[in-house]
Amino acid sequence: MQITFQGYRRDNGRVGVRNHVIVLPVDDLSNTAAEAVANNVKGTLAIPHPYGRLQFGADLDLHFRTLIGAGSNPNVAAVVVIGIEEGWTKRVVDGIATTGKPVTGFGIELHGDHDTIMRASKIAKEYLQYASEQQRVECALEDLWVSCKCGESDTTSGCGSNPTVGNAFDKLYDIGCTLVFGETTELTGGEQIVASRCRDDKVRADFMRVFDRYQEVINRHKTSDLSDSQPTKGNIAGGLTTIEEKALGNIQKIGKKCVVDGVLDKAEMPSHAGLWFMDSSSAAAEMVTLCAAAGFVVHFFPTGQGNVIGNPILPVIKICANPRTVRLMPEHIDVDVSGITRREINMDQAGDRLLDMMFRTANGRLTAAEALGHREFVLTRLYESA
Amino acid sequence: MIHCVLHDPEDSVAVVVVEGVKAGQTLTGLILDENRTITLPCVQDIPLGHKVALKDMNVGDTVIKYGVDIGKVVAPIKTGQHAHVHNIKTKRW
Repeated sequence: MQITFQGYRRDNGRVGVRNHVIVLPVDDLSNTAAEAVANNVKGTLAIPHPYGRLQFGADLDLHFRTLIGAGSNPNVAAVVVIGIEEGWTKRVVDGIATTGKPVTGFGIELHGDHDTIMRASKIAKEYLQYASEQQRVECALEDLWVSCKCGESDTTSGCGSNPTVGNAFDKLYDIGCTLVFGETTELTGGEQIVASRCRDDKVRADFMRVFDRYQEVINRHKTSDLSDSQPTKGNIAGGLTTIEEKALGNIQKIGKKCVVDGVLDKAEMPSHAGLWFMDSSSAAAEMVTLCAAAGFVVHFFPTGQGNVIGNPILPVIKICANPRTVRLMPEHIDVDVSGITRREINMDQAGDRLLDMMFRTANGRLTAAEALGHREFVLTRLYESA
Repeated sequence: MIHCVLHDPEDSVAVVVVEGVKAGQTLTGLILDENRTITLPCVQDIPLGHKVALKDMNVGDTVIKYGVDIGKVVAPIKTGQHAHVHNIKTKRW
C-alpha cells in the first residue's frame, strides 16, 4: 500500500490536505460581515452559522470548542474571525492562535459593518497571499486523520459501503493513523458489540457512560418509539426496519480488527493515534462538523439512498453500494462499490478502491461534495440559550 | 445472478440487492461472510434494499440479521414474503 501523500505541514506539526483561508463568524450577527469579506477577497471562505449568542455553561463551551477547533484544523491556513463584540471574538482568536497559524479578530460594535468589512478584508487579502505560498510536501500516512459517519443509510450500507469503510479503517489502523467514529444513538442494538471492541475496561466504561446518557435523553424527550426519526423516513424507504438493524449496519464501519482506543467528547481532539469513539449526534452535518472541529482532515461518508452532505473544511468522500443511487445520483458519489453485491469485487478490493480515492483526495482532488459546493457547517446545541 | 444477500447463515431475513424482484421468482442469495449461495422462493414483489423472509415467523419471534437480534415480529411472516415495518418493530425505545 502507498504510504505517503502530499499535504500541508502546519507550524504545530499537524498535516492538512486543503489550504483554506476562512472568515469565521463568532455569532449569527456577524455572518453578513463575514460573507461580505469573503465576497471582497475571492478565494477566502466564509463559514456562516446561526448561533453564538446567550449560550452558557457546557453549551457555550461546545460552541467555542467547535469554532476554535474548526479554525485550528490543519486544512485551514489562516483565519479571520468576526464577532459582534471583541471579548468572545478574542477568545476564539486566542484559541486558534495556539496552533501558530495567522489569525486576526474583529469586533463589529463601535465600528459598524462597513468599517469592520474594510479592515477584515485587508487582512483576508494578506492571508490569502500567505496561503498561496504554502507548498504541499511529502507526508507519512500516519499523519492523516480520517473520520467516518454514514448518512441516508439503507440495507446496502450494511452489506456494502459501511464494511468498505471498515476494511479501509482496519488497514489505516495498522499503519498508525488517527481515526474516529461516533453517532451515539445509532449504535442502539449494537452497543455491546462496540463495548466488546474497546481497548480495556476503562474505555468500555467511558463508552457505556456516554451511550447510557444519550439513551436517557431519548427516553426523556421521545413522544413515540422514534420510528420516524431513527430510522429516518429515508432509511425506511431504503429497507431499514428498526434501529437495531441500522446500528448493526453502522458498526460495520469500524471493521473487524481495529480496537476502540478511547472516547471523545463532542469536538474534542484525540490525544494520540488509534480509533476513537466521539459522543455525537447522528445528524450528518452536525457529526461531520464535530469531526472537522476535532482536527480530522479527510472524511469517509457511506450512503445508501444518497445523502448529499459536504463540509467547508473537511473533504467528504461519498461511498455507495446501492446500484440505483449510483445510477440516479452519480454526481454525488466518489467511490462506487455496488459491485460487491454483484460479486464483481470483494471487500478487500472495495477497501483498496476507497483508500485509492482517499490518497487522491488528500493529494488535492476535489470530492464530489466540494465540486458541487456543499459546505454544511452545523453547530451542535446542548440546550436553550439563556 | 445474486438477488439478495445474507450477512450470517443463521439470519432469518435477506436483503434484496437488485431492482425488479417479483412474486413467483426463485431467488439466489449470497451469504456474504462465506461467499456461498442458497436459493429461496419469493412470494411477493420486493423493492431493492428491502428484506425477504427466509423462514416462517410468528408474532413475538425475534428477527435475526447479522446473526443478531434486530427486532420482534408484530404480524405473521411467511417464507418468501416482504419483511419490513408492517410486520417487524424495534425492541428498543
